[in-house]
Amino acid sequence: MRRDYSTLSLIRHGLSDQKKWRPAWRNAAPQKSYDMVIIGGGGHGLATAYYLAKQHGVKSIAVLEKGWIGGGNTGRNTTLIRSNYFFPESAKLYDFSLSLYEGLSKELNYNIMFSQRGMWTTAHDRHSLELVRRSTNAMLLNGVDAEFHSGDEIRKRIPLLNDNPRYPILGGVLQKRAGTARHDAVAWGYARGADAYGVDIIQGCEVVGLKIQKGRVQGVQTTRGNIKTGKVGIAVAGNTTVLANMAGFRVPVVSHALQAFVSEPVKPILNTVLLSSATGVYVSQSDKGELVLGSVLDLYGSYAQRGNLPTFESSAAGLIELFPSFSRMRFLRQWAGIVDIVHDSSPIVGKTPVEGLYINCGWGTGGFKAIPAGGYCLADTMVKDQPHPLVAPFDLERFETGALIDEAAGAAIAH
Amino acid sequence: MLHINCPWCGPRSEVEFEWGGEAHLRRPGPHTDVTSEEWAHYLFYRNNPKGKETERWVHRHGCGQWFNIERDTVTHTITRTYKMTDPIPQTEEANND
Repeated sequence: MRRDYSTLSLIRHGLSDQKKWRPAWRNAAPQKSYDMVIIGGGGHGLATAYYLAKQHGVKSIAVLEKGWIGGGNTGRNTTLIRSNYFFPESAKLYDFSLSLYEGLSKELNYNIMFSQRGMWTTAHDRHSLELVRRSTNAMLLNGVDAEFHSGDEIRKRIPLLNDNPRYPILGGVLQKRAGTARHDAVAWGYARGADAYGVDIIQGCEVVGLKIQKGRVQGVQTTRGNIKTGKVGIAVAGNTTVLANMAGFRVPVVSHALQAFVSEPVKPILNTVLLSSATGVYVSQSDKGELVLGSVLDLYGSYAQRGNLPTFESSAAGLIELFPSFSRMRFLRQWAGIVDIVHDSSPIVGKTPVEGLYINCGWGTGGFKAIPAGGYCLADTMVKDQPHPLVAPFDLERFETGALIDEAAGAAIAH
Repeated sequence: MLHINCPWCGPRSEVEFEWGGEAHLRRPGPHTDVTSEEWAHYLFYRNNPKGKETERWVHRHGCGQWFNIERDTVTHTITRTYKMTDPIPQTEEANND
């Protein structure tokens, strides 16, 4: 049973000097068998377990995490949530995710600090202005909120922008419902929610093999023993290839490092999210006052959870081109997550060549925003053994049929 | 920062180079005999190993030549660079045999 947090519980625990809070989830030990096993204790894996238990009443579920929950890409991103995609299939999926985020704090009884402060995608030359206009129209046709504004209007709304830019902003699209959330809280909230339904969250437990007989998954081998199960869901982002190889198939994925940077905290200076198409930089200010920014991928394959300096340098240069007043800010932290890049920059969610084995990967540089939808749809797919309608277009077959959903070219955003 | 040994120009800084993905891909053919699955694997599927990988790089801001590198994707250690026409290097384990 979940013990809800409330004003009353805050007061009660205040009276006992905050010493009687119980852990939000159990640190479970692996059992011999489960009905379903999720590999990867990030946002997507934990959300999958939560929806499996809550929506589908699956009783015996384990989430296996090799490190600690939320310690991979869920804790290594810039916390942006948006649904400004080009193709109807993507817009439906990401907007469903955004709508789940809108109710998530209440749903989980856990404050994920979702702040819908809006997000701007700016154009700095005639051609990207056309792309941004096209993107605005596509979003409106897809039923996603979008407003096109002129460069003058954007400069009025974001007063700190460069007065004498090398690449002046000619226009941009605003998605008002977009914003940021507390990334750790998303992992912790789903973990707490899943735990309350009896899900075993097992940390420090790495999967080293999959037991497959006659094309059907029978169990997983881990560093903490073997576990029998009939259904396995893989949600491991940049490590998808490693897990797929254990199951004997390949995936159309290349792993890259994507960096993010956090500055020293300062007073409120930026009340929205800005993504500049010319510099590739996206930046927002956290509630603590830090600037949180990122830009392009490190442009060679990598499984090292650290970024390279040239990308850091070009991100800083891009930021200063937008906001010269940030040039003397110091940076406190820098990190990289290993993201799973797919040719069309669209996810892969659904069945695999192995029966009872399902994957959720390929979110690339934008997995955080998709956590609720990725988890919801993978759970549904695992229970019914057929893809949820929202993710049906995002299957592995599309690389053979040619029905790619090419957001790499479609959406006017950085990848 | 990677230090990459261009077979033509010698060691240079990584910013002069551009990554070109997995090396030694072979276009399947003749095209009339190639199935959709084979095309998909040629075009989109990659080995993406966690560990040693052979990959193509181009000395974009130097001599402009393409060449191959054997690099570890976890440590980023470069174990050799060689020309496009050279055969796939044997792994160290194989050499030790």
